[in-house]
Amino acid sequence: MGNKPAKKIVATASLAGCFGCHMSFLDIDERILDLIELVEFNKSPIDDIKKFTKHCHIGLIEGGCCNDENVHNLKDFRKNCDILVSVGECAIMGGLPAMRNNVPLKECLEEAYLDGPTVTDANPGKIIPNDPELPKILNRVYPCHEIVKIDYFLPGCPPRADLIWNALYALVTGSDLKLPYEVIKFD
Amino acid sequence: MATFVKFTIDGKECMAAEGTQLVEAAKQNDIYIPTLCNYEGIPPKGSCRICTVNINGRPATACTTKVSEGMEIQNNTEELSGFRKAVVEMLFAEGNHFCPSCEKSGSCELQALAYKYTVLVPAFPYMNPARDIEAWHPKLMKDHNRCIQCKRCIRGITNAEGKSVFAFGKRGHNVMINIDPETSKNINDELAQKAMDICPVGAIIRKEIGFKVSIGKRKYDKQPIGSDIEK
Repeated sequence: MGNKPAKKIVATASLAGCFGCHMSFLDIDERILDLIELVEFNKSPIDDIKKFTKHCHIGLIEGGCCNDENVHNLKDFRKNCDILVSVGECAIMGGLPAMRNNVPLKECLEEAYLDGPTVTDANPGKIIPNDPELPKILNRVYPCHEIVKIDYFLPGCPPRADLIWNALYALVTGSDLKLPYEVIKFD
Repeated sequence: MATFVKFTIDGKECMAAEGTQLVEAAKQNDIYIPTLCNYEGIPPKGSCRICTVNINGRPATACTTKVSEGMEIQNNTEELSGFRKAVVEMLFAEGNHFCPSCEKSGSCELQALAYKYTVLVPAFPYMNPARDIEAWHPKLMKDHNRCIQCKRCIRGITNAEGKSVFAFGKRGHNVMINIDPETSKNINDELAQKAMDICPVGAIIRKEIGFKVSIGKRKYDKQPIGSDIEK
């Protein structure tokens, strides 16, 4: 056992995403058994570790930044991970949340909480949520690489499980990355 | 009878009728030169620059060049591929291309070229331009976020009276392609479909019909763009 190489440590996060990229990650199916031989997870929704307990080799980021908590989390990941990977369209270009980018923030909030067709009687006090506990929403949704330095990008909505696997395997083992045509898709 | 000329592309000896458009001449010799603003059957424009090749050492667009005797053409070089990739990345950074929400995704030529050149993220900063969606036309929807101003629709789509359905307005980087509300009102389904098909991206979408082809069966899901030409 003594000569077994130390496992690489991986952290993951879902910022302004839908967890679809994490779901796609789980689509590696039985290769997850190979994965746990290769890596150990730290801060991640996969093992529910909430705070970094050690420095990590690889951080996988799903989702862009739509509020100040996302920005805080992302900077925390940059500080605690050697390699940071943007996983999926939202992390890479803002994705669907970024479709609000050309609508003024005030209009977005008013549509969501005051004027939208589904609001009806649900908000009798006409309150736009402003509790100090809530993260503050940003003026627009930012791709991760506009906030911190990102080392690699895996496109897709979600990225194909094979792409996530190939990339992670290559990063962990130092082997060449395989990118067949079928794995690079933007949807 | 047409006179045939000999020329080479990346060293391969080729032959085509004199005066053939270079993109077409290459195709006749099983060589793919990538195009975006070019469309078979309509006059070439030379605006997107994707088809740039080196002819006798000088760069030129293959869609606006006619083939002649003894031409030495470089097409598939590392330099040209890098250049073409940069053009694709610039187009992605310049508009708002939300592929996951686009009906044309999977059959989009811009996206297919990004796949071909392995664009994982544009190397240029996103410009996030504020652009509109015109959904009020009865037959067609115009999404300016996705428009790459290739003007294929302007050159290729006319109604039964020969009137152009599309026109451009404004100038320079503000140029936008508009649908003529009058002529577009009475176009038939066939022409509406033709307009959607002639658009290389998802800027022209036919209304009341959509997402007919399932994921995995779309044009570029399995086959890279140009693979039907390259043998």
